[in-house]
Amino acid sequence: MEYLPLIGIVIIVIGFILKIDTIAVVIIAGLVTGLVSGLSFAEVLTLLGQGFTDNRLVTLFVLTLTMIGLSERYGLKEQAVHLIDKIQGLTVGRFLSLYLFIREASGLFSLRLGGHPQLIRPIIEPMAQASAVANYDDVDEKTKERIKAQAAAMENIGNFYAQNTFVGAAGTLLIAGTLDSLGYHAPAASIAVASLVVAVIALFMSILYNIWFDRQLSKKHKKAGDRS
Amino acid sequence: METFFDYLLEFFFMIAGLMFAYSSYRSLKDQTNNKNIGTAIFWGILGILFIFGRWLPAMISGILVVGLGVITLFNQFGGSEEYQEDTKKAEEGARKIGNMIFAPVILMAVSAIVISWLIPESSASVIGIGALLSLILALIIFKPSTNEVLDESNRMVQQVGTTSILPQLLAALGIIFVEAGVGDLVAGLIGTVFPAGSALMGSLAYVLGMMLFTMIMGNAFAAFTVITAGIGVPFVFVIGGDPVIAGALAMTAGYCGTLMTPMAGNFNVLPVALLEMKEEYGVIKAQLPIALGMAVVHVLLMYFWAF
Repeated sequence: MEYLPLIGIVIIVIGFILKIDTIAVVIIAGLVTGLVSGLSFAEVLTLLGQGFTDNRLVTLFVLTLTMIGLSERYGLKEQAVHLIDKIQGLTVGRFLSLYLFIREASGLFSLRLGGHPQLIRPIIEPMAQASAVANYDDVDEKTKERIKAQAAAMENIGNFYAQNTFVGAAGTLLIAGTLDSLGYHAPAASIAVASLVVAVIALFMSILYNIWFDRQLSKKHKKAGDRS
Repeated sequence: METFFDYLLEFFFMIAGLMFAYSSYRSLKDQTNNKNIGTAIFWGILGILFIFGRWLPAMISGILVVGLGVITLFNQFGGSEEYQEDTKKAEEGARKIGNMIFAPVILMAVSAIVISWLIPESSASVIGIGALLSLILALIIFKPSTNEVLDESNRMVQQVGTTSILPQLLAALGIIFVEAGVGDLVAGLIGTVFPAGSALMGSLAYVLGMMLFTMIMGNAFAAFTVITAGIGVPFVFVIGGDPVIAGALAMTAGYCGTLMTPMAGNFNVLPVALLEMKEEYGVIKAQLPIALGMAVVHVLLMYFWAF
């Protein structure tokens, strides 16, 4: 059974599908993989303990939490919403592009701004819908549904492609930690700078996507006030 | 100089450990959390691992890590409801402080980059230094009480909860995978499709491997350790690909997969419910053009930039 060590991957997939607690699934996958590959239980535990301690670096982002918490307590999110509220009179696509830019910038500064429940549902999606209603006369259910999807997509794109631009992001530290264990020197700051390129490209590509989205809407719907 | 930063890093691990230990103490007293004992033990174990990690025998650390899994597996970890959001205070703060409210977070991000530029030996400890500087600035601007500082530390630790250690745990899993030869097996399988030794084939294999594995596992972090050991090293790094650039690209390549998979429920399925959408995969569909376009960009970037 040459491929038996791959069982760890199978365990993770099954665990995630069955929604068993992730932490436990990962630990079980590690233990089982070690055991089937011929290590003793003590050896696997040693490896797990060593691996965990050696990678404490990856969790170092907790040091940033107190300051972020204090900023939130003193109105960081409120101030951000004030700034977003001032934005008016944009097309749907341009508004979403602007949100994506803000979302990516917040990733760079490790702000926990955004999130589907915190920002998309209560603020961004309603504002995008409002902008559609202001611009077009005949906004139907299908268009509304499509705007919802587009708003949610911008949140995910901004979140994912920009998160590693912060030196202390978990993803950045995981890359640094993993490369380090494999014997490659990889400073987190260089990883963050390399990730910035991806974030900028994703931003531009999505802006084009939103321009196309605006054009589709204009083709499909009548301009507001254009009733003759 | 380097040893100085090593000590500094160890010092920062201890501070993180103290934050966990403090949350353990707070959990114990927490009336709103009916699983407060399990929660307190969880944070307590993490505190021990962070403060004493350097001196603990690795096997003891391993047993403690398994302990973390036992607590979460049997659902003994609970969230705290202790924190009351003070929207009035936040509104007032936003009005009084204005845009200066962003100063600490900006200082944190910028200082980390600048310091690591000026002093390359500082490496990982820059996060701690940046966090410390920005915390001092926050204390100066907001003038919070001591209790507020402690409350916020505890609230944030409790809020990120068990997921805070997932990346670190996955890194540890990666080490076991490497030791068990999982990387070699994956490399062998990939090698039957993509010939090793070519920069273009290597870039293609690393990017596609990350995407596919992330789609299957629903988590780019989990895929990263496996695919980097199995594909990144033999197909990209050893033939001259820059590990820093290729590694950074591999992770975001994984995110292309995240954008396309229903396994990433929090991101692709949750908003469908939140926004009361009719189409189950509407969000994934809207993300497809960007995810696929970015995948192509990743292959090109890795081929032209990492080599």
